[in-house]
Amino acid sequence: MLTKKRALPKGGKYSGLNLLSKGMRGREWPRIIEPQPIKSAYDVIIIGGGAHGLACAYYLATNHGITNVAVIEKGYIGSGGSGRNTAIVRSNYLTPEGVAFYERSMELYRSMASDLNMNVMFSERGHLTLAHSDASMRTMHWRAEVNKLQGIDSRVIDAAEVKRIVPQLNISRDTAHPIEGALFHPPGGIMRHDAVVWGYARGASAKGVHIHQMTEVTDIVVTGGELDGGKGPGGTVTGVETTRGPISAPIVVNCTAGWGSLISAMAGLRLPISTTPLQAAVTEPVKVFLPAVVVSGSLHCYVSQTDRGELVFGAAVDPVHTYDMRGSLEFTEGLAGHVLELLPGVSKMRLLRQWAGLCDMTPDYSPVMGFTPVHGHLVDVGWGTYGFKASPAAGETMAEAVATQRTPKLIAAFDLARFADDRLVGEKGAAAVGH
Amino acid sequence: MILVPCPNCGPRDASDFRFAGESVSRPDPVHASPTQWREYLYTRTNTAGWQTESWYCRACRTWFSTERNTVTNQFRVPPIDVRAGEASS
Repeated sequence: MLTKKRALPKGGKYSGLNLLSKGMRGREWPRIIEPQPIKSAYDVIIIGGGAHGLACAYYLATNHGITNVAVIEKGYIGSGGSGRNTAIVRSNYLTPEGVAFYERSMELYRSMASDLNMNVMFSERGHLTLAHSDASMRTMHWRAEVNKLQGIDSRVIDAAEVKRIVPQLNISRDTAHPIEGALFHPPGGIMRHDAVVWGYARGASAKGVHIHQMTEVTDIVVTGGELDGGKGPGGTVTGVETTRGPISAPIVVNCTAGWGSLISAMAGLRLPISTTPLQAAVTEPVKVFLPAVVVSGSLHCYVSQTDRGELVFGAAVDPVHTYDMRGSLEFTEGLAGHVLELLPGVSKMRLLRQWAGLCDMTPDYSPVMGFTPVHGHLVDVGWGTYGFKASPAAGETMAEAVATQRTPKLIAAFDLARFADDRLVGEKGAAAVGH
Repeated sequence: MILVPCPNCGPRDASDFRFAGESVSRPDPVHASPTQWREYLYTRTNTAGWQTESWYCRACRTWFSTERNTVTNQFRVPPIDVRAGEASS
């Protein structure tokens, strides 16, 4: 049920007129979220102030009229995976469940700038997944057919057409991994991930959601469960303990990506998740030349150029489980080698910085979403390398699950129970999977 | 960079090893229920702190078990050679 009332954020709608008026009068822009005193009880507590948590809060308020909601973030909003991903969005996955889900996300991303009144700089510039062998061409055909069945614009193209779309790519046969062709996904593209976080935060805050930054959840209070202290399966959530005191709430949603298993462990749950960093890097800005997002699963790298002109590089996940987010020279060397194999022309470019983000990997490269055996504790974790592009649909479906207390059809396949029932959703279209 | 202490080769870069994940105890194959097998296969503690884990050294082809802090990537020596079943330095 949609609420008709449109609450305007403080400072009014962002528009050219507003910009001109603020500029002429030298007025400051108001903060996008107002710091609020922490209440002792909320209807819903969302742990994690990233794109997923804030989207969930926004859709709870917008689609379901539930505004007595707190988003609790241990750092500042968007400081985790939401600000560390490579901002690529696409829906050309391999499983029907994945394709349907990510396509809903793409729909929401397309209308996001006007829905949230925030310029998210969505650029549908096309997305190429390169294939370097017959085996990977076969996988690309498989993905293209699954995509077409679901109405996604996705097709396999040959090396010559790859060259027409991205003339800078080296398609010669004289390399270690010659380009045989690619899966071309014209609607895929990039956007500004920070603006997505700020847009959802501003929208949710305007509707009355409290966003508490620099507040860490230290425990989830559960009673009646089968483990020590009443935690664990069969228990019921009554609230959380935070570094700013206890807060009670009947529903606690875990939207915390890399730290997801630590948060759910506070409620006595063990998850099928291992945390692994994924490293990325960005070059100095140059004139815009790269017309599409280029991904190579075999070479474990992906490249896109932002509107500012920086090349953004990402890699596969590191081979060791760790919560350490330091970058490594080994990564930079390997990545540079692979990028130069694809784009020899960028050899003189300098890297500005590199960083890592934590990926909560599941065994089947699909997320864990929805209800858990702990009553009132919902999870939206296991997002691995594909969390950013899923944010709008994840927020929307998690909000629906919270509001209706039923699992939405779109996420039914991603429930935690699938690991106990052998219903895994093997998503080989994920960026972390070499193919 | 992660320096992994191999019981034979000494500290070497993590790229010389295969990381086999946190140690999980294999259920008794005769009496284990499907639920126990799936728990063994999929569920992990994913500790932020000290965890016992397995590594394989590609240079000397040794499997060994050691303890690492997953936040700082420090190792606790001595690593245990799984085949020998005893501490080596």
